[in-house]
Amino acid sequence: MRKAVSFILVVIIAIGIGLSLQEVPFGKTKSEVRKYCLEKGIEQTGATNIVTSVVVNYRGFDTLGEVTVLFLAAIGLSAILYREKEGERKNRRRSSLILYTGCKFLFPLILLFGAYIFIHGHLTPGGGFQGGAIVASGFLLVILGSRSWWGFNRSKMKITESLSGLIFVVVGLLGLLYGGHFLLNYLPKGIPNELFSAGIIPIIYIAIGFKVGSEITGIIDDMIRSG
Amino acid sequence: MEFIENYLYYIASFGLILIGLYIILIKKNLIKMIIGLSIMDTGVNILLISMGYLSGGTAPIFSRENLLPSRMVDPVPQALVLTAIVIGLAIIALALSLTIVLYRHYGTLNTRKIRDLKW
Repeated sequence: MRKAVSFILVVIIAIGIGLSLQEVPFGKTKSEVRKYCLEKGIEQTGATNIVTSVVVNYRGFDTLGEVTVLFLAAIGLSAILYREKEGERKNRRRSSLILYTGCKFLFPLILLFGAYIFIHGHLTPGGGFQGGAIVASGFLLVILGSRSWWGFNRSKMKITESLSGLIFVVVGLLGLLYGGHFLLNYLPKGIPNELFSAGIIPIIYIAIGFKVGSEITGIIDDMIRSG
Repeated sequence: MEFIENYLYYIASFGLILIGLYIILIKKNLIKMIIGLSIMDTGVNILLISMGYLSGGTAPIFSRENLLPSRMVDPVPQALVLTAIVIGLAIIALALSLTIVLYRHYGTLNTRKIRDLKW
């Protein structure tokens, strides 16, 4: 009964989607915003990666909201999983020497790669969110690889997170001071395709990278502590 | 055949969305329902990206000199998907943490056995 009802519901939705999709051909985008962003993007923001200029400059306020949602999810997760007595971790045996050494060797390289991704966000495919996820994956490798290590210094992580969020907001508010718009690109834009270009975009993306990295690491750490 | 070639990405993305919805509707295990949610999320992301695709287009990055703006795919849906992926991660993490608490309280993940959750 349940399966039949669900199946009928899914089929009805599929038919509705199929009828509506005939008006939207694939591979022929006609968006006016696309034309505007691609033609004026470099001139207005200085970033060669147009996706980055959309994320941080044209829709920067939206990105601030997104970072806030991620922050709220991390806070909510640690509030839900909070226990007064920390669970005893079973099987706290030290991992084998090869695994431990491999993790120790790989961890700084992964951090370096993540930092490269979020520093070059305005030039190459990449940016704060992707680089932050890579940094968090490095921390996850350490958690999985060395079983004897129990927890990070959470207060330092919270400080990193708060400071980088604060940098984002302060950079945006300085735009309000200089030109009357929140998140205005007030720094010199430089020559496109160089590392020091695009005004405030690299600064904001580096802040986002630190924030996302520490937040996702906090989520992983909360989940492992509660298990 | 031409229909499939023209609409392959739409078919795949809506296939993923509908599979995810079906999993959420019929499965009883909460972890499996969250996996369905994740599959649905992926389908929505692929749909958004394919809406902005231009046949034979390049990535919207001016890394070389001879790239034309008229031959690039739409950057706006890609920026939206960047947002959607992060929000999806946050949602799944929150759902998993609620599942952990539910398991601690009831000792089971079966929605049939948890009171007030069956339909």
